[in-house]
Amino acid sequence: MNELLLVAGMALVTVAIRYPTMAIFGRIPLPDALIRALRYVPVAVLTAIIVPLMIMPDGEVALSLDNAFLIGGIAATVIAWRTKNLLLTIVLGMAIFLIWRAVI
Amino acid sequence: MEFTRRREFIAGFKDTFPLVLGAIPFAIIFGALAIDAGLSPAAAMGLSLFVFAGSAQFIGVGLVSQNASLAIIVLTTFVVNLRHALYSASLAPYVKHLPQTWLAPLAFWLTDETYAVVIRHYQRDDESPYKHWYYLGSAVFMYVNWNIFSVVGILAGQQLQGLNDLRLDFAMVVTFVGIVVPIIINRPMLVCAIVAGATGVLTYDMPNKMGLMVAAVLGIAAGILAETYQNRRTPTVSALNQEVK
Repeated sequence: MNELLLVAGMALVTVAIRYPTMAIFGRIPLPDALIRALRYVPVAVLTAIIVPLMIMPDGEVALSLDNAFLIGGIAATVIAWRTKNLLLTIVLGMAIFLIWRAVI
Repeated sequence: MEFTRRREFIAGFKDTFPLVLGAIPFAIIFGALAIDAGLSPAAAMGLSLFVFAGSAQFIGVGLVSQNASLAIIVLTTFVVNLRHALYSASLAPYVKHLPQTWLAPLAFWLTDETYAVVIRHYQRDDESPYKHWYYLGSAVFMYVNWNIFSVVGILAGQQLQGLNDLRLDFAMVVTFVGIVVPIIINRPMLVCAIVAGATGVLTYDMPNKMGLMVAAVLGIAAGILAETYQNRRTPTVSALNQEVK
């Protein structure tokens, strides 16, 4: 693996996604339908990343108490929902995860 | 209160603090994983400095350890990061007055975390002309933190065995849960989350993490459908909701 090409390739493709969209879409007005769709982007993308991680942390579906990702994830969800406190969610969620992993 | 560049910068810094905390274990485990995958410390650091995209860096080094080709790794990075195009598009109307010397670094520093904090700030209806300084504060904090703890992870990866068994990548779950749950404020958002999450699991085995994009698109479509359906049933309430935007 040529490491220079790896870093350059990943860097270029990433900036090519982030930059032009920001520069171009400011100049042409966005259609209302697109604005409506964009409001769902963070929820859709982030949920699509974390739910598989929680349910299948090792690549196989693991709906059991042995799965600390699932237990910790559910705990974090409840904490976030009840408190709406980001810091508390991260710290407590991480603590519950580590304790659960140590205990089982 | 009067708006100043300094105040905005510091506010961005402060509001990003919890997310910075969440990124620490994530950055450490990235550094350790990269070394474990056989990358040199310089290459691992290069990814954090020049790519600066947590989940793509993770998946990238995962592919390196599986001996995937360069083309596959770059293509996968593209797919995993496509969501940033959506973030950029949604921020674009708020930053269109800025010169390219601002836009380019702000775009480079765009992450899930900074987007989550900054979009909320832009949508708040105060008249501050310096909200890009808030963005800058958030972005710089995330960037510096990510790189410092990447170094820590690289060093740890060289020294310690079994660090990866701790599965600190769970930090990504708690961070994203903390971002997502509070913004699920109505039924269409909930529908969007359920569909995106379920599809994410069902499409997990698609090549090159393509399932992530499929799940995101279906989730967004489901949210819009639910919103349309809700609007048809309760026109007055929905008219009020529209104004929140």
